[in-house]
Amino acid sequence: MIDFNVAPFEVVRDYDKCVNCRVCERQCSNEVHHYEEGFGKMISDSTKCVDCQRCVCLCPTKALKIVPNQNSFRPNANWQQKYLTEIYKQAESGGVLLSSMGNPEPFPVYFDKILINASQVTNPSIDPLREPMETRVFLGAKPQTLQRDEKGNIVTKLPPRLKLSMPVMFSAMSYGSISYNAHAALARAAEKLGIYYNTGEGGLHKDFYKYSANTVVQVASGRFGVHKDYLESGAAIEIKIGQGAKPGIGGHLPGAKIVGDVSKTRMIPEGSDAVSPAPHHDIYSIEDLRQLVYSIKEATEYKKPVIVKIAAVHNVAAIASGIARSGADIIAIDGFRGGTGAAPTRIRDNVGIPIELALGSVDQRLREENIRDNVSLVVAGSIRCSSDVVKAICLGADAVYIGSAALVSMGCHLCRTCNLGKCNWGIATQRPDLVKRLNPDLAAERLINMLTGWNHEIQEMMGGMGINSIEALRGNRLMLRGVGLNERELQVLGIKHAGEV
Amino acid sequence: MKFNGKTYAAKEINDAIKAAGGDATLKEVLGERFIACGLKSGVVTIEGTPGNALGAYLDGAEIRVRGNGQDAVGDTMNDGKIVVFGSVGDTLGYAMRGGKIFVRDNVGYRAGVHIKEYGEKKPVIVIGGRAGCFLGEYMAGGLILVLNKENVKDPIDDYTGVGMYGGKILVRAHLLDTLLPKQIKCKRVEGQELAEFTPYIKEYAEEFGAEFAALTKGDFYLLTPDSSNPYKRLYTNN
Repeated sequence: MIDFNVAPFEVVRDYDKCVNCRVCERQCSNEVHHYEEGFGKMISDSTKCVDCQRCVCLCPTKALKIVPNQNSFRPNANWQQKYLTEIYKQAESGGVLLSSMGNPEPFPVYFDKILINASQVTNPSIDPLREPMETRVFLGAKPQTLQRDEKGNIVTKLPPRLKLSMPVMFSAMSYGSISYNAHAALARAAEKLGIYYNTGEGGLHKDFYKYSANTVVQVASGRFGVHKDYLESGAAIEIKIGQGAKPGIGGHLPGAKIVGDVSKTRMIPEGSDAVSPAPHHDIYSIEDLRQLVYSIKEATEYKKPVIVKIAAVHNVAAIASGIARSGADIIAIDGFRGGTGAAPTRIRDNVGIPIELALGSVDQRLREENIRDNVSLVVAGSIRCSSDVVKAICLGADAVYIGSAALVSMGCHLCRTCNLGKCNWGIATQRPDLVKRLNPDLAAERLINMLTGWNHEIQEMMGGMGINSIEALRGNRLMLRGVGLNERELQVLGIKHAGEV
Repeated sequence: MKFNGKTYAAKEINDAIKAAGGDATLKEVLGERFIACGLKSGVVTIEGTPGNALGAYLDGAEIRVRGNGQDAVGDTMNDGKIVVFGSVGDTLGYAMRGGKIFVRDNVGYRAGVHIKEYGEKKPVIVIGGRAGCFLGEYMAGGLILVLNKENVKDPIDDYTGVGMYGGKILVRAHLLDTLLPKQIKCKRVEGQELAEFTPYIKEYAEEFGAEFAALTKGDFYLLTPDSSNPYKRLYTNN
């Protein structure tokens, strides 16, 4: 059969610079480069290239670059090249298109249409280098009334909470979808930073139990790796209902990735698939959810907060309202740009709603119903930088989850082929030769550096607004203005347009 | 601990069980949920009807119910044993990964959904009567026995083993004409093949005072998935 597809990228080699050291050949798990004895030079097969930039970064003479293939189908504003290419792929295979990482399509990014306020003249800004600036947050239910014992003393016993040094956590990425070394880096960085990482639904590797004080353990529909000691080993327990990259569908780790320690951690045989279907088959209502929340609380003696994670979908506010009454302590909401190790392309690119709009409506709804303090809100998908964090908090979030940003700090270049399992950066792979490329100590240091930088920036922005505590920023919509947004968008976000007083 | 018609919060009950070192008898239980959640050792005997999520995350203890169970008995159970002298509701042993459950009579929908095995850990569910729809859905390992002690025509129901990709379901029946998903292989158990399962049938007979010979008489059918990678061909990398 003729292959109708063309390579999306082109490998360009500057032969004046290339010294035939063959580093690119050794580094590429996709086998793009090879040394051609007959020609006495390196040859590249662009059709295999995924544009992960590994060879470009490691080429000692900087002889390589990867560029979009200029070969073009006849331009057509409706029938864009990508649709033709996808049809060719499906016409060949009959399969469901599978992609990775977050939705790359040009939908509006509302964070980019929101601007942050600053003080001028009348309310002085604060210099974070000189003055104390509080970025610590506590996640969990907040009592709405004071309680006193028989003697009239205030009861200070609070529901279980998470304490974060800054309002950022690493979001759920399972051991299996990412490598042992990537998990090790996230765990070490979380511990050093005083925040939390999340096991995802693949269970917890025995080596990582020592980071339990900084671990959120996840319980998903497949309940892989879930047992009492696992629940005990987390600082909090997250029930995964949905994921922003693939709302309404489940997870599926192919048997090829269930090898060695992944198999042991998930507690399923090597080579067997791991299927987490869309619904928990014991949860068909908020009452059922409440039952799972409380069975977890009973099993862990009410010592740990329970998080319920959902994807941002059309009626997210009503769902969040239900969850806030289910006994959950924290609601995590994942927007439609959230990353994934693998999701059907059509779902990833077409299902769900932007996190900014979901957050705006959930926070307003919970406030209207006077249940906002029943829960904390954590948002994800996608938070790219510290100003996204500040904007999310002003829109009502208590904290954010970052996944893609964390992987990028470790070396990920968002080539979006995690599903192939051949990640050249040693992140989304289980191949031992690739995994060892990621040094967990260096990767942890990069994570710590990034978030340390973000924390300084958050403090700078807070100081600029004359705010010295992140608590005073939460839901502080007056600190935000929209640009280029219509009336309805502003209303959903609950903010004014730039220029309005 | 006798309830006398009083209602206790789950935490009070579980604290009392733990204070007694895991060994306890609960009397006149009427729908109290989460009993013996995550319990590691001891024997809890329950008289009456325990509520949902009995023995969820059970981790080694034994629970004996002199009555019927409700939904989600043994949810995500890891180890131990649950014996029910009656019937149970839906989602028995959801995502169970170890230990044994014996139900004397019938079970509702979705029993044994997502049960899985690994190495020495192999969950076993023995159902004395019949099972509702979706038995063993998404089953990834372990063993489910349906002994059909009343010799009914359809001891299992529609969609048994749908999405199943590991483990075994053994059904005692004259003729299995239930509608089965197409990825399930159904084969009649011949001669010595039953030997693998008889220890569990024996244990059932001993627990409930049933007649072992009667439970091993007649035909047995074994349901297994035809592949452990059912979804491999579904995807095209994009």
